[in-house]
Amino acid sequence: MAKIVAVTGNEAVANALKQVNPDVCAAYPITPQTEMMQRFSSFVSDGKVKTEIILVESEHSSMSACVGASAAGGRVITATSSQGLALMYEILYIASGTRLPIVMPVVNRALSAPLNIHSDHSDSMGARDTGWIQLWSENAQEAYDNTIQAFRIAEHMDIRLPIMINLDGFIISHSIERLEYLDDDQVQSFVGEFKTLNPLLDLDRPVSYGPLILPDYYMEFRKAQDDVESKVSGVVLDVAKDFEKLSGRTYGLFETYRLDDAEIALIILNSAAGTSKDVVDEFRDKGIKAGLLKPRLYRPFPYKEVGEALKHLKAVCVLDRADAFGGSFGPVYMDIATSLYPYKEKPVLINKIFGLGGRDYLPEHAELVLNELVGLTKTGTVKSYKEYIGVRE
Amino acid sequence: MKLKNWKEVTPGAVITEAGSSAKFKTGSWRSSKPVWIEENCIQCLFCWIYCPDMAVKVKDGKRAEFDYDYCKGCGICALECPGKKGNKAIIMVEEEK
Repeated sequence: MAKIVAVTGNEAVANALKQVNPDVCAAYPITPQTEMMQRFSSFVSDGKVKTEIILVESEHSSMSACVGASAAGGRVITATSSQGLALMYEILYIASGTRLPIVMPVVNRALSAPLNIHSDHSDSMGARDTGWIQLWSENAQEAYDNTIQAFRIAEHMDIRLPIMINLDGFIISHSIERLEYLDDDQVQSFVGEFKTLNPLLDLDRPVSYGPLILPDYYMEFRKAQDDVESKVSGVVLDVAKDFEKLSGRTYGLFETYRLDDAEIALIILNSAAGTSKDVVDEFRDKGIKAGLLKPRLYRPFPYKEVGEALKHLKAVCVLDRADAFGGSFGPVYMDIATSLYPYKEKPVLINKIFGLGGRDYLPEHAELVLNELVGLTKTGTVKSYKEYIGVRE
Repeated sequence: MKLKNWKEVTPGAVITEAGSSAKFKTGSWRSSKPVWIEENCIQCLFCWIYCPDMAVKVKDGKRAEFDYDYCKGCGICALECPGKKGNKAIIMVEEEK
């Protein structure tokens, strides 16, 4: 395999999964994830991986099959988008509550209705409280790198939680980018051999999965799961350190871009962060202290670290590619607001909803928002805390 | 039994001890209880075969007393009991009586 290649995001992630060579894959096709699993099933058919592929009749079934295979003691993957993730909803909680380290790339797509196949984040944002770890990726390289790191994070003996790797539908999944692959044996030694925890197929040590837990114990299991959440960010950082030694590419809980001495900043997930960084540079060239923060580990959310990184700013705008219907704000805004709440001195915080259903996010949108933030640092008067941008009025 | 705290429970509520359900006594679920009338019993052991739990005990090939720790009072044994000369060897009695 060529080390530097031009590939789509779907192809990059499919190759990461091939290099890991998992035991079981149970998946159902859905746009824009289809190409990823089609490529992976070709690897199975061509004997490039030893994975057992299970063809299922729905995503509810694919996640159920993943739960069974993972409990049995296998390294298990699937992938989905949008309605597929929504159909998995019930089983997502079973996977996390049973502490099964299933790895699932999610190619982010809008939710119906109205029906739409293009990118936004409403699918994974709807699953943000399901107990799955979520990593978000700006481009194909990050999606590839995150996928490889995801196995180490999810399977860590202190964690044992399922994990989703998010990448933007079409914008990343179907666009061709330059990408650096690691060698197969590098990936193999990085992820290591799968270690089981109480596997169902160990006949010498029989175990039962999925018992009824009544009011006398249910809270203890929930508290134990909450405690695991607090350990995830440490493991994510350790795995990132090892990955950097291997690849030379640096990852953290989030990426900061020209943020340290900034006065205003944008907070934005995934592909739109790339566009925003260019505009931040333009503002810097004009002498305006602009910066950016791009979350990577979104669940569990590193509230403390994000709060520390943002508290010195004067004005911040959180750009959400999903709305959280409920009369309040976009999901990322609510997390950032929670991060900043403990501080006495904190930036003015506004929210923009953008790019829903694949609506283009253009440099002029970032400019508009940054100019508004500049105004806010002068006047301090907020016109509106939440607003849709790029929408026809 | 002392209840475990949250640090002591197994990840994902997996039960690592085989056969531990025997520790969970379910007899308190019962609202009516089966009563064995030995003189009507022909020792067919249908009750033992049909019991969906293991609440009918057999000793030396013969019908023994119910295990009320696990009997949930479903009444299947009483229904299936052929009895002797039209008289049932198992009848259901309301628990509070």
